[in-house]
Amino acid sequence: MFSLSALLISIGAITALTVILAVILVVADAFIANYGECKITVNGKKELTVKGGRTLLSTLMEEEIFVPSACGGRGSCGLCKLKVESGAGQYLPTELPWISKEEQAGNVRLSCQVKVKNDMSIRIPEELFSVKQYSTRVESIKDLTHDIKEVKFRLLSPDTIEYKAGQFVQILTPEYKLSDESVFRAYSMSSVPSEKNVIELEVRLVPEGICTTWVHQYLKEGDKVTINGPYGDFHLRDTGRDIICIAGGSGNAPIKSILLDMAENGNKRNVSYFYGAQAIKDLVLPDEMAAISEKLPNYKYIPVLSNPDPDDDWNGETGWVTDAVARHMNTGDNVEAYLCGSPGMIDACIKVLTEQGVPEELIFYDKFA
Amino acid sequence: MNGELLPAAVFFGAIFTGNILLSNYLGMCSFLSVSKEIKTSTGLGAAVIFVMAVTSLLNWIVYHYLLIPLNLEYLRFIVFIVVIAAFVQLVEMIIERVSEGLYAALGIFLPLITVNCAILGVSLFMVIRDYSLVNSFFFGLGSGIGWFLAIIAMAGIRKKISGAKIPAGLEGPGITLIIAGMMALAFMGFSGMINIT
Repeated sequence: MFSLSALLISIGAITALTVILAVILVVADAFIANYGECKITVNGKKELTVKGGRTLLSTLMEEEIFVPSACGGRGSCGLCKLKVESGAGQYLPTELPWISKEEQAGNVRLSCQVKVKNDMSIRIPEELFSVKQYSTRVESIKDLTHDIKEVKFRLLSPDTIEYKAGQFVQILTPEYKLSDESVFRAYSMSSVPSEKNVIELEVRLVPEGICTTWVHQYLKEGDKVTINGPYGDFHLRDTGRDIICIAGGSGNAPIKSILLDMAENGNKRNVSYFYGAQAIKDLVLPDEMAAISEKLPNYKYIPVLSNPDPDDDWNGETGWVTDAVARHMNTGDNVEAYLCGSPGMIDACIKVLTEQGVPEELIFYDKFA
Repeated sequence: MNGELLPAAVFFGAIFTGNILLSNYLGMCSFLSVSKEIKTSTGLGAAVIFVMAVTSLLNWIVYHYLLIPLNLEYLRFIVFIVVIAAFVQLVEMIIERVSEGLYAALGIFLPLITVNCAILGVSLFMVIRDYSLVNSFFFGLGSGIGWFLAIIAMAGIRKKISGAKIPAGLEGPGITLIIAGMMALAFMGFSGMINIT
């Protein structure tokens, strides 16, 4: 039998219980988890006064110091490392997978796991201070291949960016159907640093990737997007050595930026660029990448197809990109190498290059996490 | 008949004959994902023991002094979940405040088990089996210890097989589930020794 009073009692009881528990938690949050104001000393000179209780990463972000993080603070990318000289307490199990023995000795911490609970003293690389947050507008979205899109952002405020060719930025993916929180994801810029008011990215669709799905299926021209950067130490070293670039997938982006930058600066170094793909349909901007040779005299573009389609009519290099690299190299060449692609590809390339006598400190790479 | 069960019987029964993980297959997801290393398994296992023991006690009190008098037994699922979640939150805050070492060893795992089904399972079994307050506490404690033993055993086995050649399709959760199944078979050897249902 339906009874109104029973219904009311049940609603009242469960509401009362939840309210009591919520009040307990709110009170506890205000007293137990209240760490008051904390001072963070940055690089021994700058002093920040912040509200304690949150992670170091998000606290610094609030203070407009943007530490790179590809996973958005979940402790799964290991990028947001910082030196914390005092005030961080002991290592947490969630940090240890990312911190080597040597780093532990140097007090390197994962800033997304360390919480600000008292005064701290930290060291941040100076270049991070040049990292800024930009509001941008999507100017164009273009299909480069069946699963890679080129997205161009016009900077609104601030309206210019300074960076080195090869560096990356993070874009803020807002809440949408697939994600109930906004997250930052990192992408290399494919634009030239001299074009100071645009940022161009190449984004490959990852099945179920939060940010890539958003870029591919939801982002429209004219949309406003928040970006911060630049980050990373993947950039051309100023030496006289010959250069080997190897990339796969959207790893084309930073290499394109580096090559265009070299062309603008009239760089005379020898460059070979190996780009590994399955078939012709997977090549990113093949004509444009080949045409760079008009402006960069000692440049060779060598696309390598691992599995060309029967009707591809391909007479270039075939097989694995690493084998093609080995065929084109002589042992003992005075080269340095720049790699960008999946971790598997990078590891295979490092193996081939060291076998050819390239010292590991001359192999620079950008692994997709 | 449950009034006659001795707390000690419930305690040992919950650890061995009716191991919540291996006989009911509850609490699987953290069992599969965290059992890679013995050290982290120990931390998580200890957190489970603590939370199970205390929440079974809390939920017994809520059930018998709030839900039964108001004839609201059917709300127990949602009420138990809310009590467990609030308790875990509170404990995490306190641990983080008072002991850094304890937080690093145990507190960090607490959010993982807020929604662990084994924890809710213990509270629900205690209602179905009509345990007394004391028996509920020992049932929670025993179930926690049983879960702890199971995950330590699994972490040990996974360490042993880390060098073994496993067919590609079975790596990770696949082989872990098969091992869990075999462990469950082994634990079935205890069945019938003590009946706590």
